Amino acid sequence: MASETMKEGKERYKSGVIPYKKMGYWEPDYDIKETDVLAMFRLTPQAGVPADECAAAVAGESSTATWTVVWTDRLTACEMYRAKAYRVDPVPNTGPGTKTEQQYFAYIAYDIDLFESNSIANLTASIIGNVFGMKAVKALRLEDMRIPVAYLKTFQGPATGVVVERERMDKFGRPLLGATTKPKLGLSGRNYGRVVYEALKGGLDFMKDDENINSQSFMHWRDRFLYCTDAVNKASAATGEVKGHYMNVTAGTVEEMIERAEFAKELGSIIIMIDLVIGYSSIQTMAIWARNNDMILHLHRAGNSTYSRQKNHGMAFRVICKWMRMAGVDHIHAGTVVGKLEGDPMMIRGYYDTLLDQQTPIQLEKGIFFEQDWASLNKCMPVASGGIHAGQMHQLLHYLGDDVVLQFGGGTIGHPDGIQAGAVANRTALEVMVQARNEGRDIWNEGPQILQNAAKWCAPLKAGLDTWGSISFNYESTDSPDYVVTPTASS
Amino acid sequence: MMTNPSKIVTQGQFSFLPPLTDEEITKQIKYALDQGWSLGIEYSDDPHPRNTYWEMFGNPMFDMKDPAGILMEVNNARKTFPNYYIRVTAFSAVRGVESVTMSYIVNRPKAEPGFGLTRQETGGRTQRYTIHSYATDKPEGERYK
Repeated sequence: MASETMKEGKERYKSGVIPYKKMGYWEPDYDIKETDVLAMFRLTPQAGVPADECAAAVAGESSTATWTVVWTDRLTACEMYRAKAYRVDPVPNTGPGTKTEQQYFAYIAYDIDLFESNSIANLTASIIGNVFGMKAVKALRLEDMRIPVAYLKTFQGPATGVVVERERMDKFGRPLLGATTKPKLGLSGRNYGRVVYEALKGGLDFMKDDENINSQSFMHWRDRFLYCTDAVNKASAATGEVKGHYMNVTAGTVEEMIERAEFAKELGSIIIMIDLVIGYSSIQTMAIWARNNDMILHLHRAGNSTYSRQKNHGMAFRVICKWMRMAGVDHIHAGTVVGKLEGDPMMIRGYYDTLLDQQTPIQLEKGIFFEQDWASLNKCMPVASGGIHAGQMHQLLHYLGDDVVLQFGGGTIGHPDGIQAGAVANRTALEVMVQARNEGRDIWNEGPQILQNAAKWCAPLKAGLDTWGSISFNYESTDSPDYVVTPTASS
Repeated sequence: MMTNPSKIVTQGQFSFLPPLTDEEITKQIKYALDQGWSLGIEYSDDPHPRNTYWEMFGNPMFDMKDPAGILMEVNNARKTFPNYYIRVTAFSAVRGVESVTMSYIVNRPKAEPGFGLTRQETGGRTQRYTIHSYATDKPEGERYK
């Protein structure tokens, strides 16, 4: 059972400090169980610490171990509770001769009994609880996880899900369109609702509060909710379409958030919004409330880049996507590829797959290291927001597909002919591009011409393209996949 | 007349485009069939945004795989209900979807009166909103003459 590197019996439990490897946290021939939770970390060992010892330390500290031997282990089925590091691979393009110091991918297996059911807080307290500050590792990053079906089934999952959201919205076969009301701060409730009304009447499906629009002195939350409700209903009557405004209920306490959510429901809102910074347990509470109250739940990923952007330390955004789908949100901001925020195309496709797939295969080029069976958990709608405009519609549709909310904030509100015109430009660009794609045209190459042709009969689109047509944000991504395209046969 | 920029009900995938020609409709039908979806035709004289169940112009055509045949049904529906809203709906039976995957309007009444918004003042500053389809002031069958 135990690997040859592990000490046994009396020798193992002698007081003092022994390497984690020898405490049973390194088991290269471990036989992975279907019910195990698997995690893959990118680790940068401290000088002089071997990679397998480093991996064992991460396994130890994220499960049962402490820094020294404790005899009380022997009162438990400790062998089962120990996480097992079972594989360590050097990360391609790191180490001597490269710009980056040597890193390793370390795979660790955890028995399902280490975790409380239906608790992201408990799962994360183990997996990312203590290990990131350990001295044995210079840097550590959680790259991916495999959640076993047995554990997934204890989570509610998205309150509404993509399929039912579309049915409720009566919108099929195209990305949804949204925008964030700008400026972020300072608009009174009355002025704010004006922006919402204009954009929805012009043709958007959703408008959105920004992450830091809560209840400040310039606009208290009830005012915003009342005026936005008026805007949504007026726009719905003017177009014959179901419309929505994400009411951000983020507040200082969960009780206060529930109160705001209840008011949104009383007003007939179809969607509310929370920020990632409210914490995992609050998110789960709001997701259960949303399921019970027929509410779509939008999540803004406020704060995530603090720990997800740098490649050597923190956690990959795809893991946050995974946890948030389990926690039960219906929307999550997941990148645009072409906009103003960080994003390598393949990495972002990996986030989208994580949110939308029924079954995700291993795809190293997308940063997906484990196969994941989603056990019929609802799909979570990715949201693309930040510096995108109508002139990129062919690229957006190419990269992101149909199941996404495309949010054109500046690209709607900043339109030279007004907000309604901005919305018309975006909606027309979208419909003409979906039509062209369905007709089998090569939108990647013909896209700009397709838009120009539509601009001949759609003046707002022409004005939009003239204003933003040449804007792009071409920066190199900090987070990109590390893999070897064709694995070479090792001797 | 409706006051939105398009001046028409903008439900469906392609309401911001000029009315689709038969050739364009055929291409969209072909796309749906290529995805393995089934097509249905639905019509209504009440375009209220939450009127989910338009009347079916027959069941979804699960066994019809020829775009020309489906276009013929679209045109039959247009002949039978020239002054109604008619939409083409695609259904996917794939696990994980099992729902509508396309929906676009292919026929409209000549005049679209749109909707009124009724406000009922209630407690505090809260209002109850009712979206009212003007067409439904007349009985069924007499709405778009």
